[in-house]
Amino acid sequence: MKVLYFAWLRTKIGCAEEEISLPENVKTVSDVLDLLRTKGDAYVEALGEDKVIRVAVNQDYAPLDHPVKQDDEFAIFPPVTGG
Amino acid sequence: MIRVQAENFDVGAEINSLSKGNTAIGAICSFVGLVRDFQHTKDDDTRVSAMTLEHYPGMTEKKLAEIEDIARQRWPLEDVLIIHRYGRMEASENIVLVVTASAHRKAAFESAEFLMDYLKTKAPFWKLEEDDQGQGKWVDARDADDHALTKWEKSQL
Repeated sequence: MKVLYFAWLRTKIGCAEEEISLPENVKTVSDVLDLLRTKGDAYVEALGEDKVIRVAVNQDYAPLDHPVKQDDEFAIFPPVTGG
Repeated sequence: MIRVQAENFDVGAEINSLSKGNTAIGAICSFVGLVRDFQHTKDDDTRVSAMTLEHYPGMTEKKLAEIEDIARQRWPLEDVLIIHRYGRMEASENIVLVVTASAHRKAAFESAEFLMDYLKTKAPFWKLEEDDQGQGKWVDARDADDHALTKWEKSQL
């Protein structure tokens, strides 16, 4: 799965994009976030409970229980501030 | 029409090209968002000399197109133009342009405000402000922007 990070999530995690393999038991947005939190301190910090983040799956906003597949595009970013 | 671009835009030229040849248009409303040189926060006032807008290529265009579709379903619009820039911009530069064209002013005014309220909360852009010391700071989202959106969800327009 392609995972994209934007704004302060990109700078905290230290990359804009990475490829991850989803184990069998990873079925939802929430599962992917849990999986990413096992990848090191920067991930734990950036994806901590105290952080307000948004997730998009295939370029649509997705709630925590939204299903995910290996070939999805998964993006994590802060609430938007354009305009 | 949606455009996401790094370059600046000419507001007058954009409005003229949108209205040209369409005699059904009786009202045009435009909104221009600019880079402001002061950011007032609860802690202090910071001078902002420039900002960089990051975006999510692909999703940005998709969300803006969806927002345009919703506006066209809700109001009798002859045309819609949304231009949003990304990249580095100095104080007083243009960031965003929304133009709505309709037979009458009410639809043009209302839909322009609606488009901006939706864009501010749904389009994936993030502002990184640069102060005069060259320090960057990501701008926090404002609750007021979410509140502005609920107005459109409740209203029976």
